[in-house]
Amino acid sequence: MLQRLIRNLTDYWLPLARRLFSRKVVLASAILLALVVAVATVFPWVSDADPNAISISERLNAPSAAHWAGTDELGRDVMLRIVHGARYSLLIGGLTAAGAVLFGTLLGMFAGFFRRLDAPLMRVVDAMMSFPDILLGIALVSILGASLWNVMLALVIVYTPRVARVVRASTLVLRELLFVDAARALGVRTPLILLRHILPNLVSPILVQVTFIFAYAILAEAGLSFLGVGVPPDIPTWGTMIAGSLESADRAFWTILYPGLAIVLTALSLQMLGDGVRDLLDPKLKKAS
Amino acid sequence: MRFLMTRLGGALVVLALVAVLVFALTRLASGDPVALLLGDQATAEDIAAARVQYGLDKPLPTQFVLWIGELLQGNLGQSIFLQRPVAQALLERAEPTLFLALFAVGIAALIGIPCGMAAAIWRGSPGDQALSGVAMLGASVPSFWLGLILIQLFAVKLGWFPASGYGNPESPLAERLTHLLLPALVLGLLNSALIIRFTRASMLDILGEDYVRTARAKGLAEGTVMVKHVLRNALVPIITVLGLTLALMIGGTVVTETVFNLPGVGNLVVRAVLRRDYPVIQGTLLVIAAIYVFINLAIDFLYTLVDPRIRLEGQ
Amino acid sequence: MTTPTAAMAAPRLEVQGLSTSFATDAGRIQSVADVSFAIHPGQTLALVGESGSGKSVTSLTLMGLHAKTSQAQVTGQAWFTRRDGRRVDLLALPEAERRALRGNEMAMVFQEPMTSLNPVLTVGEQIFESVRLHLKLDRKAAMAHAQRMLELVEIPAAKQRVHEYPHQLSGGMRQRVMIALAMACSPTLLIADEPTTALDVTIQAQILALMGRLQKETGMSMLFVTHNLGVVAQYADAVAVMYAGRIVESAPVHDLFAQPEHPYTCGLLACLPGVARRHAVAVAGQRPRLVAIPGQVSSPLTPPPGCAFAPRCERRIAACDARMPALSDEGSAGGSRRVRCIRVNEQPIEEVAA
Repeated sequence: MLQRLIRNLTDYWLPLARRLFSRKVVLASAILLALVVAVATVFPWVSDADPNAISISERLNAPSAAHWAGTDELGRDVMLRIVHGARYSLLIGGLTAAGAVLFGTLLGMFAGFFRRLDAPLMRVVDAMMSFPDILLGIALVSILGASLWNVMLALVIVYTPRVARVVRASTLVLRELLFVDAARALGVRTPLILLRHILPNLVSPILVQVTFIFAYAILAEAGLSFLGVGVPPDIPTWGTMIAGSLESADRAFWTILYPGLAIVLTALSLQMLGDGVRDLLDPKLKKAS
Repeated sequence: MRFLMTRLGGALVVLALVAVLVFALTRLASGDPVALLLGDQATAEDIAAARVQYGLDKPLPTQFVLWIGELLQGNLGQSIFLQRPVAQALLERAEPTLFLALFAVGIAALIGIPCGMAAAIWRGSPGDQALSGVAMLGASVPSFWLGLILIQLFAVKLGWFPASGYGNPESPLAERLTHLLLPALVLGLLNSALIIRFTRASMLDILGEDYVRTARAKGLAEGTVMVKHVLRNALVPIITVLGLTLALMIGGTVVTETVFNLPGVGNLVVRAVLRRDYPVIQGTLLVIAAIYVFINLAIDFLYTLVDPRIRLEGQ
Repeated sequence: MTTPTAAMAAPRLEVQGLSTSFATDAGRIQSVADVSFAIHPGQTLALVGESGSGKSVTSLTLMGLHAKTSQAQVTGQAWFTRRDGRRVDLLALPEAERRALRGNEMAMVFQEPMTSLNPVLTVGEQIFESVRLHLKLDRKAAMAHAQRMLELVEIPAAKQRVHEYPHQLSGGMRQRVMIALAMACSPTLLIADEPTTALDVTIQAQILALMGRLQKETGMSMLFVTHNLGVVAQYADAVAVMYAGRIVESAPVHDLFAQPEHPYTCGLLACLPGVARRHAVAVAGQRPRLVAIPGQVSSPLTPPPGCAFAPRCERRIAACDARMPALSDEGSAGGSRRVRCIRVNEQPIEEVAA
């Protein structure tokens, strides 16, 4: 068992990883992401510094050696809050992506594989996708109530249809391929076909979707929090940080600038990585004329 | 023709589902608009009476049926808080949102299509990589953040544009529209990212086709090949995306409207949600989704005009 | 290279030492190396080989249709005699001049009729485009010419068809349109890259007959790329056999079929061990059994040091692996046969009494 794992690693995954990271941008993005995640997880353990430490005397200080990104309207260190906020923003992004992918894959796979389920399921998906993402998010949060978990749930519901569509499209193609017929001819039962034959081939489009939805979710949460219908303001996500500092924007733009930059960098790295994965797993080098 | 009829049927089914969805989304939220409307001093009897007045005392399914009935008669209902028909409230708000969406899509297309074409033609070059990188950047930027930055830069520091608001209702249209330039720039820039990527992908798809090679084999100049053979085929999906982007901007611009303080449709919806103004929420969400569904349908119709393969299906 | 004087009967196309390589993820691949042949006016040269032998690449290189992103590097010369008598090296021409020749004096018919026509333009428009560009006719005349071309390729109801779209036509029809397109400006050289491979067998015969007839009527030269020896036997005047990017044997068609000399050609004609055949390949029933050449073409990334065919060759000796043999002028008594094999002058393996 272990031997097989190691062999898999060296024969399959290692060359794949090498190809993935052959593009420098993708490598850089992956490293940046790893750094962000690492800092976000490790720092709060290691450091005692309190991101909520209010210091009225130090309100709205410009960036300096003591405060790398300045201080906000309550004298809190912006950089410190960004680092702590990373945990929440990343959590929201990651869990939303995981949830959307989970439900979206189930939905899409069933819709793609079982002809009779296709039309009804896809109509529902169409109905949900007729709304702009953010409006749907607002409506859902108003139903569920504004909390960290509810925002995640709302976003999962918002992004599931998107994943479902992609997965359905791939499933439709896979369903027609000969190896499915071959499996059927051998008497393999449907659930097993789905698990062993269809699902593994869906991994590539799913992986790509994970990275993009991760990025969208971070952006969406920021938007919702900005509007005041997202995460409650006492939880320091990057979005609530910007929303909270709106009034000081004129005098102290760094309170808005740096959290925003954090969002941009993270979302960008995620998308670069997703792009790299997509290129890797879809190597149909078209005849470029 | 049959193709269109099936599409129309599908669209109607989706609309029906949308209506159910909208109603459910609106009513499932806890909170009582009437209580909010009447304020702290209201007594229980006042609230109960008001509920009857607004038809909120009936069971939910009945309310749903009544609402559908009104819809079919073209009545979107009456706002609880705004003291006017929902339709009127929408129309008042439509102007800034519509123009904003149009400008934004225009900017996105003007930037996105040429850049996407260039990226496709010079595939693999540093230019292509730079453009693709810029496109990805555009998709990573929160719209309100960019809006705030641009306000600081162009409105506050440089004073070139009005910082917020939509100006005076009395002033001429052109003056009002200048308030939309900055927000349209924000949305246009961000959406151009999508258009660049899509145009590039669509062009690359076509560039790999055999008939492009045939066109070159005929000795046609590269420019002619690009425009007459490649772009002509590549444009169709691009226009689809532009159309759908436009549709989603009605209401999807809520964040930008908030940043720039524009009295648009998005703003209307958010306020209604916060106050549980049921008729407004239901009516507006329905209209927004309906616009999307119909634009989808219109694009399908356009396809039949443009692509001879679909047009001549009957023959 | 010096250009021969105009006094000699110049070949329509004379290729000397053509080589093409491409950049790929895995390194630079030499697809075609040291290809030389000549086609005279009115003659048909068949370029024969299996998939990957470089025959399609050769034709695309001559037309200059390689994708820019493939970073094709081309060396050698391809002397083309223009209508006005001038001889130009296609590979050294500036792009603008080359474009003036494409579709005009030299034209190409591709393998895939189903995807080689623009779906949103009518068939007539696509021919019209070429005619307007090269022949500089006005709109009416050009359209009339397009219609005439469709009639030329035996498309029934050409007057209506001119306004139809490619998807309304069958595969065979579309290939006829492709031929009409290629012939529209009366080219003196037609390159046909497996034009019938994607078609039904019955249609194949029709298309080939059409092309043969057109050639006779116009006196144009043809470079016919194919892997089908039956077609070669019927339509070609001369044959060049390619293997792994090089020409391994070239000869007039009768000579080649009567007595193939390169082991690969023999393998193709299933005559090893050596019973000589005459045009017998086309008649399938006479062959007692299918004989396959063992092994596979070696990867272009790791070519063997000597003769490319050596790993699969029955007549292989140690010297074969040392160095790539050159194309010889020797062979059987006189004639214009060239063979790339160091054992070419030896006796055939088995002299079987006929």
